[in-house]
Amino acid sequence: MWRSPEPRKFYDIIIVGGGGHGLGTAYYLAKEHGLKNIAVIEKGWLGSGNTGRNTTIIRSNYLWDESAHLYDHSLKLWENLSTELNYNVMFSQRGVLNLAHNEHDIKEIKRRVSANQLNGIDSHWADPKEIKKLVPIMNINNCRYPVLGASFQPRGGVARHDAVAWGYAMRADELGVDVIQNCEVKKIRTKNGKVHGVETTKGIIRAKRVGVVASGHTSVLAETAGVRLPLQSKPLQALVSEPIKPVINTVVMSNAVHAYVSQSDKGELVIGAGTDGYNSFTQRGGYNIIEDTIRSIVELYPIFGKMKMLRQWGGIVDICPDASPIISKCEVEGLYFNCGWGTGGFKATPGSANLFAHTIAKDKAHSINAPFSLERFVSGRLVDEHGAAAVAH
Amino acid sequence: MLLIKCPYCGERDQSEFTNGGEAHVTRPKNPEQVTDREWAEYVFIRSNPKGIYYERWVHTHGCKKWFNAVRNTSTDEILLTYKIGETPPPIKKFQNTLKSPSGEPDVGSGNFTVKKL
Repeated sequence: MWRSPEPRKFYDIIIVGGGGHGLGTAYYLAKEHGLKNIAVIEKGWLGSGNTGRNTTIIRSNYLWDESAHLYDHSLKLWENLSTELNYNVMFSQRGVLNLAHNEHDIKEIKRRVSANQLNGIDSHWADPKEIKKLVPIMNINNCRYPVLGASFQPRGGVARHDAVAWGYAMRADELGVDVIQNCEVKKIRTKNGKVHGVETTKGIIRAKRVGVVASGHTSVLAETAGVRLPLQSKPLQALVSEPIKPVINTVVMSNAVHAYVSQSDKGELVIGAGTDGYNSFTQRGGYNIIEDTIRSIVELYPIFGKMKMLRQWGGIVDICPDASPIISKCEVEGLYFNCGWGTGGFKATPGSANLFAHTIAKDKAHSINAPFSLERFVSGRLVDEHGAAAVAH
Repeated sequence: MLLIKCPYCGERDQSEFTNGGEAHVTRPKNPEQVTDREWAEYVFIRSNPKGIYYERWVHTHGCKKWFNAVRNTSTDEILLTYKIGETPPPIKKFQNTLKSPSGEPDVGSGNFTVKKL
């Protein structure tokens, strides 16, 4: 597996956050950039945050060129990740449907499908007949918001979330990265506008460079270094049902009625709900949100009406005003942020990690993540992906 | 679900309300002299504390009036609601019990924040 070393007094690079994005960053820093003396510091256990609890959907059908390049970079890495890590991340390209329920949805989705095709992304418009063939259990016309069509991306799918964290952790560990668990970073220390290290529950650790990938808590940590980020943290909920025999072999998402579902290899339905309408760090979320989602799920799939749910949870996600992430340097020298993934960070894990590693190693953004800098909020060059981000923000 | 005390109507279910984000954000008084960076601060950047937070709510399905609230975002406990125009109470008035950014114990992770610290 991986070692559990005591932290050293000094590292060249510290990554704060031991989820998929953080562990992946450490892996690519060691593997692709040949760097040594790296630590990943995690307050809980590996993947104990949103990596270990999400709906594991992977797709790249985003509208703008910038996002399409970013998410497709990630999807291409997913396609080879099990081989790359020599560890089965169970990436299953079962396709992703995004449903249209009204005239506006049809226009928005068709436009996005065209944009995807121009960017070489395998998305196409599926009519109700094709949808019914893909998902026979779906009720497409006897409901309040009938299904009028969908975009379908066959290369999309799901993966085993824990395996992603474990795979990256093992290979990073083999390359000499110190993976330090149960150690919370309390403060980022700076000196004369430069990063100096971090204060943790295991003492002060100095570092030349610090990369923060702490999801919902990123802005709280940034504040300790005097950096204000355009992020708002909200609970995002999901549910898992009791296991049943296979009934749905693709991923179906719907923005308009706000429900998405896939079936895990164990047979559980994995259902995604929305975010609460207010900032919160409580890791639970309101019942009205899951009630909305369940209502839509049952209307779309009447056969799920009598199923029991095994568990429900809420994770804290950090949301940017334009529903696009930030992979960027900041005004403090040696301090980097990878955040703002909002409700859809899992799909981006390998790509995000790969580009963040590049940004930290070269102290300069890769051309793919250059548009996702903090500067965009000053220049006004936002990458508005509210349409493609399936969860309403 | 929260129970929110509208300063005009009293305690009502959260489903009657809509959250309006951070309270007491003031628009720059001299817009023509404000730099792009300062505009970015006003337009896009909001506080996002774990702990005591000043925010706005509107009683959408009720009196339709806006008001302010002080809430602890680590527990969702609403500590105070007050009318627009009233002076916000100083943050020192409220006890922020979080000892670290996550507010979690030294070892372990998980759903500790739902328990009142």
